[in-house]
Amino acid sequence: MSGYTSDPRIKWPEWLPWIAALAFFFTMPEYLALGSRILIYILFALSLDLILGYAGIITLGHSAFFGLGAYTAGILSAKYGINDPFIGLVAAAAMAALLGMATGALILRTKALTLLMLTLAITSILYEIANRASSLTGGNDGLSGVTMAPILGLFKFDLFGRTAFIYCLVALFIGWLFVRRLIYSPFGAMLTGIRENTVRMHAVGAPVYWRLVLVYTISATMAGIAGALLAQVNQFVGLNVLGLEPSGDLLVMLILGGVGRLYGAFVGPVVYLIAQDYLAKAYPEYWYLGIGVLLIVVVLFARGGILGIWDKWLQALSRQIGSARASAR
Amino acid sequence: MAASALETDRLCKSFGALTVADNISFRLEPGARHALIGPNGAGKTTFVNMLSGRIPPSSGRILLGGEDITKVNQSARVRRGLGRTFQVTTLFRSLTVLDNVALGIAERERVSRRMWKPASRHDEIKDEAMALLRTLGLADDARTVVQDLPYGRQRLVEIAIALGLKPRVLLLDEPAAGVPSQDSGRILEVLAALPGDIAILIIEHDMDVVFRFANRITVLVQGQVLVEGRPDEIAADRRVRDVYLGEAHG
Repeated sequence: MSGYTSDPRIKWPEWLPWIAALAFFFTMPEYLALGSRILIYILFALSLDLILGYAGIITLGHSAFFGLGAYTAGILSAKYGINDPFIGLVAAAAMAALLGMATGALILRTKALTLLMLTLAITSILYEIANRASSLTGGNDGLSGVTMAPILGLFKFDLFGRTAFIYCLVALFIGWLFVRRLIYSPFGAMLTGIRENTVRMHAVGAPVYWRLVLVYTISATMAGIAGALLAQVNQFVGLNVLGLEPSGDLLVMLILGGVGRLYGAFVGPVVYLIAQDYLAKAYPEYWYLGIGVLLIVVVLFARGGILGIWDKWLQALSRQIGSARASAR
Repeated sequence: MAASALETDRLCKSFGALTVADNISFRLEPGARHALIGPNGAGKTTFVNMLSGRIPPSSGRILLGGEDITKVNQSARVRRGLGRTFQVTTLFRSLTVLDNVALGIAERERVSRRMWKPASRHDEIKDEAMALLRTLGLADDARTVVQDLPYGRQRLVEIAIALGLKPRVLLLDEPAAGVPSQDSGRILEVLAALPGDIAILIIEHDMDVVFRFANRITVLVQGQVLVEGRPDEIAADRRVRDVYLGEAHG
């Protein structure tokens, strides 16, 4: 996928998600709110794929950055009246980057289970802070009163969520271009090296720890931006952006789609959130069961996620075509 | 006296009550072909791990080109010119051979922090990697994924990565370990053709390899230097024969 032997040009299937998103925009106006939510989670999942799929950092605390971004943008608007969307995004990105750098520096010398527990601890601490600081965050009731000024002073956020959807789509597109560029760069190749064999990476002279802190900070920044988008689009921030649950949901989405494949971060949230939307309406009490079964099936029978199954299917198909051609001769 | 390429001064390492390195003072001359031998459990790999910075010594000093590097971490030692290979093949298994070598060269050239221009458009890195693979007879395998490569060739990739770092000192930890004897000839050829200005310390069990390659031998027994000398001196040394015969009979 990445590295010194891969072709970095954008192949035609890579345009499919964008075509699909635009088609969705024009054909399903009544689902635009769900669509925006999916776009936001794709950006969030991309940020996780960068550290989990490429650098091999395992985390249950990625919601810390998402939540901090959401609260930063939300509080700026609701408490300080700063309603410009871009200022909100930049502020959220900066806050998440700072938290990413500080906590990354603290925890990235550890590995595996210890690391997992530390990431979880950090987002749990943030959850508790957001819960207690209710004068700022609205605590358990959530933060309401978030309003958004028109984008660039031109595009108002409309009731139907059209502006919001395009706003999220543009943000995701930029995020995708950036991540894609990153994973095909020498930096991305180096991250793959760390994931593949950390001992070897040390032995070729890579300052592994600092590189991990750097990519963790980048990923945190992206997650913060995704969180800010959620706050701006929903005009509300609930406590459920922090803690274990959103981190776990995100992890499930990425595993479902396929880890370390870039587009797993697209497929996972689409399937998960649509299934959630449908199941929660059809079986409000049992919908989590459906998600659980889906995850078990994927983990047991398709370690590469949905995209992994797709790849295998394509390979089998091309083999069959190949042998059919051979026997036709 | 000219500075040694690599030197240890009374190096010790204990794990609890177990002493695996006991006052090892050792000197590797510039351009040396030096072998470190000894029975199983003599502490050879521990010694190499201390030299390369994977584990810290309990006491003593390590000098690289006359500079004290005892407190310098592993990756910084590599950047100062200390390369190594591993006894247990330590490669990027799901990456191509070219990627394996290019990752090391990119670190040396400090392009690994670049985030914009695609890796595959860094022709200078790829060209150098290809040239290196060619000298090792691995050119045809450049685009093969390492885990699909025969074991003997994987051992060559291990050496290729280390050479890509352009080390002044190279530590080879059993480069032919586990390679069937009909394939080890290729590895010996590669070793014999290594640039003369690199100081090399090789750990090896195979006495054929040791006596063909090394012009200096150190024998390590139970964490201590038993004897050091030219190959003929070592071959004639009674104590060395006792150690090895004792092991063979025991």
